[in-house]
Amino acid sequence: MAAVTSRAQQFGRPIAIIAIIAVTLLFLSPIYWIASTAFKPRDVATSVPPTVIFEPEITPFIKLFTKRVGLREPPTEEAYEAAPWWEQAVLDTGERILRVGEDVQLSQYPNRFANSLIVSVISTILAVSMGTITAYGFSRFKIKGEGDLLFFILSTRMLPPVVVAIPMFLMYRQFGLTDTHLGLIILYTAFNLSFSVWLMKGFIDEIPKEYEEAALIDGYTRMQAFFKIVLPEAATGIAATAVFCFITAWNEYAFALIMTNRRAQTAPPFIPSQMGSGLPEWTVIAAGTVLFLLPVAIFTFLLRNHLLRGVTFGAIRK
Amino acid sequence: MAVLATLESDTRAAARGWSDLTIRNAFILPTIAFLVIFNIFPLLYSLGFSFTQYRVSLNQPAEFIGLKNYSDLLSDPGIWQNFTITAQYVIVSVGGQMIVGFGLALLLNRSFPFKGLVTTLLLLPMMLSMAVVGLFWKLLYDPSWGPINYVLGLGKFEWLTHPTNALFAVAITDIWMWSPFVMLLSLAGLSAIPKHLYEAAAIDRASSWYTFRRITLPLVAPLLLIALIFRTMEAFKAFDLPFIMSTANVETVAIALYQMAFQGWDTGRASALAYIVLIVVLCITNIYVKYLNKIKER
Repeated sequence: MAAVTSRAQQFGRPIAIIAIIAVTLLFLSPIYWIASTAFKPRDVATSVPPTVIFEPEITPFIKLFTKRVGLREPPTEEAYEAAPWWEQAVLDTGERILRVGEDVQLSQYPNRFANSLIVSVISTILAVSMGTITAYGFSRFKIKGEGDLLFFILSTRMLPPVVVAIPMFLMYRQFGLTDTHLGLIILYTAFNLSFSVWLMKGFIDEIPKEYEEAALIDGYTRMQAFFKIVLPEAATGIAATAVFCFITAWNEYAFALIMTNRRAQTAPPFIPSQMGSGLPEWTVIAAGTVLFLLPVAIFTFLLRNHLLRGVTFGAIRK
Repeated sequence: MAVLATLESDTRAAARGWSDLTIRNAFILPTIAFLVIFNIFPLLYSLGFSFTQYRVSLNQPAEFIGLKNYSDLLSDPGIWQNFTITAQYVIVSVGGQMIVGFGLALLLNRSFPFKGLVTTLLLLPMMLSMAVVGLFWKLLYDPSWGPINYVLGLGKFEWLTHPTNALFAVAITDIWMWSPFVMLLSLAGLSAIPKHLYEAAAIDRASSWYTFRRITLPLVAPLLLIALIFRTMEAFKAFDLPFIMSTANVETVAIALYQMAFQGWDTGRASALAYIVLIVVLCITNIYVKYLNKIKER
């Protein structure tokens, strides 16, 4: 019998491996396509048939960060020679970079990217620190109606953003919080807090109570035991939770669309809004997309062993 | 002397430190307060508005009209159309995710070189921003130069601008993004099935279909159910993908709500619709948490 199974396996194995390779390539092809578009010359990006092999250039990234206007006539030879290489690359496409005096004028992209970074980092710090202590409270102390409270906490995470946004918008208008970093930080902290409580509770539940009890006997106060014993033990969990919260805030679209439009606008509503007027410059949009997705891709690899736990709110640990 | 000294430091430590009760409250209450202030209070606020005629854009006070918003909404064929589209979207996209995701898991549930790397690469789509994914799938779907039409040889096939194709196009993107989620849960279930069950089935000369139906499926079912409930809830709330890709043709309930509240500024009516959506979501959440706790206990 064993011989039969192993023969079946030997036969099935190459087919399975070919299938795995094919499926992986198919799944990654959309990501490859957007990434490669970010390095294409403008006409190549929308060519028929689609171009797979081309000479990559970084002009889309230069354009992404600068304000430009179309040239009415080709640049004079001296002007072209005087320009640095990156400006020449833009001149080659029939546009010139706007300047104020000597300074290059930046596009809105770096500002939106910075907004995303500010809002995501601060809301993550708040959600994870509050979530960690609350999770410790739920994990170590008897609480009346614990199940109901935990359900209440998780249910706030499940609310559709548009539903929450309707009353929040009215309140923010009264307090002048629309289109501010603080406004988004509050919303993202609330959104991530429930997730952080649930996930951290899973991690803290795994730390044996005996560690703290031993410390308490040694004369530590409960607070000292928490800071000196529990927090270091939970470090991996805290890091994983923080990365999850960061990614959620970084990716969030609906709240940002509704609550911000200029000053505090983050990248997710900004990137699609570039499609707005005239022919969309797909290479530039792709360049912005690639820079925006890159941190998430890196974090996904760092998180790979905690993904299952993260998507089930700490319920399944592997 | 030494004993005395320890005793003394003990009492001092206890006096300095907080009692367990204080710590418990100090650790839990801020979170509860935060969530009540920024989630529950606003929702009560909008519950009030749902019984009124009120427009943020006008400078008039809200006028109490009882249940009129609710009865108007429930008798509005437009809203039922939104619910129908949402239901179709849920069925196509969640159904697709379950099949593709479970299929992927069956395929990956074996040892092969670079397994960890391949699994992580396949999980990448679900970590990305839905808004940005929707945007770049728009490029892939472009009727005149998009690579999808070229590869499939569909000529100038209209995906997102066609009333019925659009739903499938957005659902395909959603399937691409979220099948990995189903795959991740299924893989966890598959790898937990004891090997000896399969050995016993092999000794009994059970057909592979029988083994799949009687061993694999029932043992993975609890995790598949969790994936199903969670994805159903998320698809019911679908906003980002359909909004970016094809607002006009895939007008889900969430999009209708957004337009009513932030483009029509019909705040009272939108609050009522928000409450209808909220009740559905809370019901699904309740079922979801029940099954999550069940899995946890195993």
